[in-house]
Amino acid sequence: MSTLAVLPAGRIPGRDMRRRRATDRLMRGLLGLAALLAAVPLVLVLGFVLIQGLPALNLALITQSPVPAGFPGGGVAPAVVGTLIMVGLGTLIGTPIAVLAGIYTREYAGGRGATAIRFLVDVLAGVPTIAIGLFAYGLIVVPSGGFSGLAGGVALAITIVPIVARITDEMLGLVPGSIREAAYALGIPPWKAIVHVVLPAAAAGIVTGILLGVARIAGETAPLIFTALGNDTVSTSLGQPMDALPLRIWVYASGPYDSWHAEAWAASLVLVLLVLAFSLLTRLVMRQRSRSGM
Amino acid sequence: MTTMIRESSSIAPAVEPEPPSPSRGIVPGQRAAATIEREAVQVELDGLGASYGRHVVLRDITFTARPNSVTAIIGPSGCGKSTLIRCLNRMHEVTPGARVAGEVRLGGTSIYGSDIDPVVIRQRIGMVFQRPNPFPTMSIFDNVVAGLKLAGIRDRALLDEVVERSLRRAALWDEVRDKLKAPGGALSGGQQQRLCIARAIAVEPEVILMDEPASSLDPVSTLKIEELIDSLRMSYTIVIVTHNMQQASRISDRTAFLTVGDDGAGYLVEFGDTATIFTNPRQRLTEDYISGRFG
Repeated sequence: MSTLAVLPAGRIPGRDMRRRRATDRLMRGLLGLAALLAAVPLVLVLGFVLIQGLPALNLALITQSPVPAGFPGGGVAPAVVGTLIMVGLGTLIGTPIAVLAGIYTREYAGGRGATAIRFLVDVLAGVPTIAIGLFAYGLIVVPSGGFSGLAGGVALAITIVPIVARITDEMLGLVPGSIREAAYALGIPPWKAIVHVVLPAAAAGIVTGILLGVARIAGETAPLIFTALGNDTVSTSLGQPMDALPLRIWVYASGPYDSWHAEAWAASLVLVLLVLAFSLLTRLVMRQRSRSGM
Repeated sequence: MTTMIRESSSIAPAVEPEPPSPSRGIVPGQRAAATIEREAVQVELDGLGASYGRHVVLRDITFTARPNSVTAIIGPSGCGKSTLIRCLNRMHEVTPGARVAGEVRLGGTSIYGSDIDPVVIRQRIGMVFQRPNPFPTMSIFDNVVAGLKLAGIRDRALLDEVVERSLRRAALWDEVRDKLKAPGGALSGGQQQRLCIARAIAVEPEVILMDEPASSLDPVSTLKIEELIDSLRMSYTIVIVTHNMQQASRISDRTAFLTVGDDGAGYLVEFGDTATIFTNPRQRLTEDYISGRFG
């Protein structure tokens, strides 16, 4: 039965059609506007950081330690080093747990189990990161007797887990069931099918998820306040207090000195550039690998 | 590698084979290996039933698919054809809540025995699906030998040989020999389906199940698949589900006709030589169906 047959004849052209076209234009316009509004903050934020941060950006900023306010020179080298170490540590601890948890949720947990895990992961993703910082404080800082890079890294690991776990779960769900069946039908054991067939098919999406997670924890301040604390000298020891770019930005931006404000802007730019460079590098590596085959 | 060529069995007339020798029984943990010589064996369905949760899809199906022949399963939509074929390599149970009743015997041994690993069953009983489903991240080469590689076979010369032989048997070699490194998904639908057939025969199964293998293809590709099935007949036990009665009459030796009962479960109406089913069926229902009066 054709759809046209059910429409009363003669009602298609004319005013009715004009009204529908107008509605169509209006709705399209609204949707376009919403899309624009969503993109505007990104452009403004990046532009603002660039304009404000560029004048204070120089080699000394990322190679020198802070000097007391009022003195010339100085930089945020401890923060750059600390961010690299703690984000690296957090990613190294958190990502494997998250990817494995995502695989378990999608491939093994089964209907009710999966629903329960997804709920818990979503709740964890919604826990304010300051609370995660307090948890790491109780878990590591108190027993070990001091603030440390390790505590900061663990707090960031807890922050990244729900992000990556959820995306891994979702990306595995996008792999067509027919691909899994093809693998089973070849007599490939399910675990091998997951490792060699399903995971590669979802790899690009999972990597994107990890990048999102890394970008997110690189910008986190709250989990580090009670854990890494901050440090005015470059420290690579996980047992010592450690500085981080967001912490430094927070301190400088809320301080009274103009030189601090300028450095806060420049540090923000450094942070944005770090995340951008990492993201580009990872995508480049992924593309190389996918081109070279299995 | 002459051990892998099984053309000798093609001369054998399509009679009921001797009972299987114990050495051909299903050994749990047996490796899928190109080095094991396999001959086509019969698949016996004995009172097979299937259900999803409380919904019974199939009831009491009994027939035997002979070696070196093509057995077609036909019937109207919803009669459980696909479920039936998925019961034959234990793919039915992959769906949560799915259950099987009755028996399926591969060369005399129950594939649903408590000590039987479904993975081993699926190595011996290959399957081709309705829609071509090559592995998206793998090249044509890797698609063909996926089953062998994942079973741990790394011998490059052997893999090369298996790729060429499987693609030749699947009538795809000449079209892809120069682009074995290209992704499998880059082929046309018909080529993808032949790639999937090559992938299935690369692990040297004894039985090949096909679930409407040509239903998503154009007429030319369909013809190629049918020619291919005809050439595979001599080496395998082939069971094919099709909704296309002409196809069943063209390619199969024997035909099982299923329909849906009043209780919503599919059952076997008639099973016999394809020529008989299509020209002189015993059941009124069969005649009505093949003459196009319903379904």
